[in-house]
Amino acid sequence: MEQHSDVETVNPRDQTGGEICLTCKHLPGCVQRSKQASPILFCDLYEEGEWSADLVAGIIDKHRGERGGLISILEGIQAKYGFLPESALRLVAERTGRSLVDIYGVATFYKAFTLEPRGRHLCSVCVGTACHVRNAPAVAEEFQRQLGIHPGETTEDREFSLETVNCLGACALGPIVVVDGHYFPQVNTRQVGEIIGKTQVGLDFVEVATDERVFPVEVFCARCNRSLMDPDHPIEGHPSVRVTISFGRKHGWLRLSSLYGSFTIESEDEIPEDTVLNIFCPTCHAELAGATDCPVCGAPMVPLIVRGGGMVQICSRRGCFSHLLDVSGSGA
Amino acid sequence: MINLKINGIDVSVDRGTTLLEAAQFLGLPISTLCHMEGLTPYGACRLCVVEVGDPPNSRLVTSCTYPAEEGLKVRTASARVLRARKMIVELLLASCPQSKTIQDIAAALNVRQQRFRQENEDCILCGRCVRMCAEQMVAGAIGFTGRGQDRSIGTPFDSNSEVCRLCGACMYVCPVCELRCTYNEPEKAICGGCANLAPPCVDKPQFDDMMCYMQPCVACEIKKD
Ligand code: SF4
Ligand code: SF4
Ligand code: SF4
Ligand code: SF4
Ligand code: FES
Ligand code: FES
Repeated sequence: MEQHSDVETVNPRDQTGGEICLTCKHLPGCVQRSKQASPILFCDLYEEGEWSADLVAGIIDKHRGERGGLISILEGIQAKYGFLPESALRLVAERTGRSLVDIYGVATFYKAFTLEPRGRHLCSVCVGTACHVRNAPAVAEEFQRQLGIHPGETTEDREFSLETVNCLGACALGPIVVVDGHYFPQVNTRQVGEIIGKTQVGLDFVEVATDERVFPVEVFCARCNRSLMDPDHPIEGHPSVRVTISFGRKHGWLRLSSLYGSFTIESEDEIPEDTVLNIFCPTCHAELAGATDCPVCGAPMVPLIVRGGGMVQICSRRGCFSHLLDVSGSGA
Repeated sequence: MINLKINGIDVSVDRGTTLLEAAQFLGLPISTLCHMEGLTPYGACRLCVVEVGDPPNSRLVTSCTYPAEEGLKVRTASARVLRARKMIVELLLASCPQSKTIQDIAAALNVRQQRFRQENEDCILCGRCVRMCAEQMVAGAIGFTGRGQDRSIGTPFDSNSEVCRLCGACMYVCPVCELRCTYNEPEKAICGGCANLAPPCVDKPQFDDMMCYMQPCVACEIKKD
């Protein structure tokens, strides 16, 4: 993005070895990002209140005039900062010509938006119907007790934010807890302390083999709705996900592990690090492309439909380990 | 022109006329709460329901938002309409029993008590003030915030609005607070504009063409002297 052109390419984080955050303006220059599976909201170097009017203006101009553009603008700002700063909302009002109260109304209407800065780690405990009957309220209460905050609040040291959500579209795995984009299925109250501890250590360093947040997903092409699973070529003991890819002049197949949280792939051609791939359905040959960009590296995200509802989005850049289990589509 | 039948009476109206306007043209009474002449229809209170179509396929629609259609059959006082309307009045009474406007509507429909848990809300979320502020006062100072049971009327960030003209129109049109602040009781004064030696509106050209709704606002009186 051109707004970053003035940013120095050497990141102070190289020296500190700190964690990579979603929030800071050094994002494109940060070399840590490709090593981390999932970004956190604030890294050690992030200063509160650091925000750039140019960056927000860029987000606004990208969606201005679009139908429903306001939501996209707010989503963009929230993706950058983890919350909606007041000054950013004022800028949105100014640049879109809408009244501030309209913008504020939309920002307070949707639960996905927050006007308060969140902690470094976000714990979402599902208390939807299916999770509720499997004792999710007790899990939520245990989180409240151990963190000492109510849902919607952030701990004083800005480490944890807690929220309760109503159905994440993964009811079969309930009671489900999502921490920083990692799914913990069938949580009971005894596991709460463990989850909090693991989060503090850094979820991205947890060993795949011992990690219960890794679970298999079964995915479909968003266009022809046919399964992408390839049971004949299992990876890590589960059927792999098979797609066709192209990059540069190469064209071939790619198999991904179907374990959500694992990044093992096999491919026909060697794919150089940092290549952005075009990914196609092997059955209908439609390109699997979505409208969203990777929150970590900015490459397009590739949407895959998950059996049972919802969508998993994977980043199309080789070496970027971002993926989101997106449940907003689950109702549709 | 569009021809339709309301309570068996033939009437022709211009395209874009709402059923409420057509019924009022015929002199048929329909209670309304969120509707206000000069503001865009909003359809929030559902009080103005009427029945359209032939039973058993008839439906209840809000007449303040429903545009007249060719050949439409409308009943404004069928048993089903009256039942629905009374239920709505009871719900309104359950939220805001202190509102004189709602009490009057209830009396007109012969509703004497309500069956729900009694609450004492100070806002029925009719949106009159919001539309008044945005459409007539062109200020856009207040609006709805939050959702569901947290929905309320407010200013951005719950702080004093920079764009409010202190015109008082929002209070003037509110069916619940029915508050015309007159600064009789200083502790209940809304904005202190009258006690302020530099009133917000006098001698400011942008307010010259403004309609003011503050009945006896002291600021104008001072200016006259
Ligand atoms: S006083 Fe006037 S400008 Fe201020 S909120 Fe009310 S209607 Fe809007
Ligand atoms: S404050 Fe009054 S006018 Fe505004 S929405 Fe509430 S009841 Fe309606
Ligand atoms: S100027 Fe005075 S009388 Fe008018 S609304 Fe404000 S406090 Fe009330
Ligand atoms: S009466 Fe005059 S001074 Fe008072 S609010 Fe209206 S315009 Fe302003
Ligand atoms: S109820 Fe928890 S995921 Fe559906
Ligand atoms: S008057 Fe029609 S819905 Fe309120």
